[in-house]
Amino acid sequence: MEKKVKETTKQKTKSKPQFEPRIVVFACNWCSYPAADAAGINRLQYPANVRIIRVMCMGRVDPGFVLKALVMGADGVLVSGCHFEDCHYSFGARKAAEQYKKLEKIVHMLGLEKERIRQEFISAAEFPKFAKVVREMVEQIKKLGPSPLERGALYKDQKLESEIIEEVAPVTP
Amino acid sequence: MQYDVKLIQETNAYSCIECGKCTGACPVARYSSTFSPRQILTGSIHNSHPEAFRKADLWSCLTCKRCDEVCPSDIKYIDFIHLIRQFQGIENREGTCSHGGILESISKIMMAPNLKQQRLDGLNGNLQISQNSEYMYFMGCLPYFEVLFEDINVEAMKIARNTIKILNYFDIKPQVLSDEKCCGHDSYWNGDIQTFHKLGLANIDQIKKAKVKKIITSCPECYRTLKVDYPKNFGRQEFEVFHISEFLSEIIADKKPVLKSESQKVTFQDPCRLGRHMNIYEQPRETLRSISGVDLVEMGHHHKRSICCGVSGWMNCSQVSKQIQANRLGEAKATGADILVTACVKCQIHFNCALNDQNLGKEMPFQVKDLTEVVGESLT
Repeated sequence: MEKKVKETTKQKTKSKPQFEPRIVVFACNWCSYPAADAAGINRLQYPANVRIIRVMCMGRVDPGFVLKALVMGADGVLVSGCHFEDCHYSFGARKAAEQYKKLEKIVHMLGLEKERIRQEFISAAEFPKFAKVVREMVEQIKKLGPSPLERGALYKDQKLESEIIEEVAPVTP
Repeated sequence: MQYDVKLIQETNAYSCIECGKCTGACPVARYSSTFSPRQILTGSIHNSHPEAFRKADLWSCLTCKRCDEVCPSDIKYIDFIHLIRQFQGIENREGTCSHGGILESISKIMMAPNLKQQRLDGLNGNLQISQNSEYMYFMGCLPYFEVLFEDINVEAMKIARNTIKILNYFDIKPQVLSDEKCCGHDSYWNGDIQTFHKLGLANIDQIKKAKVKKIITSCPECYRTLKVDYPKNFGRQEFEVFHISEFLSEIIADKKPVLKSESQKVTFQDPCRLGRHMNIYEQPRETLRSISGVDLVEMGHHHKRSICCGVSGWMNCSQVSKQIQANRLGEAKATGADILVTACVKCQIHFNCALNDQNLGKEMPFQVKDLTEVVGESLT
C-alpha cells in the first residue's frame, strides 16, 4: 500500500505541468497595494504567480528581505512603491532606490540573474501598469526557469514540508 | 541537536563556582541591564528546562573570550555559548540579525552549488595573481562588505588590494579563488552548524583542487575558522594558515625591507578573534613598529584585556554595542593617536559606523585604518 502511494506521488511529480514561478511582491501601503486592489476592482487580469506582501513603505524593504525571499525559494522578487514625489514619507522611495542599487550589485556578485529582481514605481492610479509589470515579470522568469535556490536546493538532506506531511498523513488516491 | 548534558560537561560548565567574574569582565554586561554571562550559565545547567534559553540575551554574547581569560574554574565559555545556541527548544531561535539579515542570506545563497560568483571585479590595477602558486589569499566576504558599507566610508576591497600589493612586493603571486565561499564563521557562532558544514566542505574541496600549501588571510575570523574550526570539524588539513600580520612580522624580520611613512601616532585595536582566540598580540605590533615614522601607543585596555568592537556575527546590534564602541573610541582618543589601526575588517566597519554618528564623529579626531592599508601605503 505504502509503495503504491509513493509510486503515484512520484508519477505526479514526474508529469509536472509547465513551470509556474513563485514571485514575491513587496507593495507599499499607499500606492502599489491600492494599485493591485484597483486592478482587481477593474477586473484586469494578471497571472496568479505573485504573492503580495504589504509594507508601509518600500524604503522599509531592506536588501536583506529580498535576499531572504530568494533563499526561501522565491523565483523572483518585485519591490514596488510610490513615485519619488508621491512618497507618503517624503524620502522613502528615494531611500528604496538607493538600497536597490546595492541589492543589484550583490545579486550580480552572488551569480544570480539580475532579472530575478525588479523595482517599479507604481502609483495608486496606475493599476494597468501594475498588471503589465506582473505579466512581464512572470514571462521573464518563465524564460529564466526555476531559481537555483529553489526550495530544498540549499538543504538537500533536510526534508521538505510536503514530504513530512506525506509521511504523517499520506494522501490516499 | 537535542539538549545534551555530556556535551555541556565537556565545556567544563558544571565546575562554575558562581563567582561572577565573567559578568564583571564582560563588555556587554557593563552596559546592558539584563545580560549576565553567569546567569545564562547557571540558568541553563541547573534547571531541567533551561530558563536561559528563553531570553534573546543568549544572542547578545560577543564570544569575545574576555570571560574565559578571567574564569578561575577554566570554563570554556565561548564553546558553551556556541553549544547551547545549537540546541533545539530555544525560543528566540534567531536573535536579531542586523542589516535585515542580509549577511546571513548571502552566506546561505553561497551554499547553492550551481551558482558562479562574480567577486573579483574589485581587484583591478597592477595586482598580480597566478593560477598555480602554492600561496593562496583567502579574501573572505570583502567584496560584499565593499558594497554594503560604502555609505559609512568603509572601502573593504582596499584591504584585499593592499594585501595582494604587499604579497607582490615580496615576490609572491597568490592564487585568489573566483568562487570562494564564506568561511562560515558567523553561521558557526550563531548555532547554524548545517550551513557551516556546507560552506566549509565546499571551501576545502576548492582549496584541495587548487593545490595550495599556504593560505594567507586578512580577516581574523577567516583565520580562526580555517585554522581551528575546519580541522576540528573536517579532520586534519594539509594547508597551513597564516594571518597577514603573522606573515608580515616574519618576512620583515627576514628581509628587512624599507618601510617609510609620514610621522604619525597610531594605536592598535586587538581584534578578539586574533588576540584572545588565536594568541596573536605581538606580530601586528612588531609590523607597525618596523615602519619608520610610526609611533605606536597603547590604549587603556590592550593585549588580553582589549575590548571588543561591539558586535559579533552580525547579531543583536543595539544601544549596548554603540556604548561599547563609544567607550573604545574614547580610549583611542585619549592616546592622542592620529590613526586607529585594526587588523579586522569588522572592527573597522563597526568603528566607522559609530564614527558616522554626528555627535560622536565630531569629537573623534582620528581615522580608522586596517593594518594592511598602513603597511601598503608605506611600501616604497
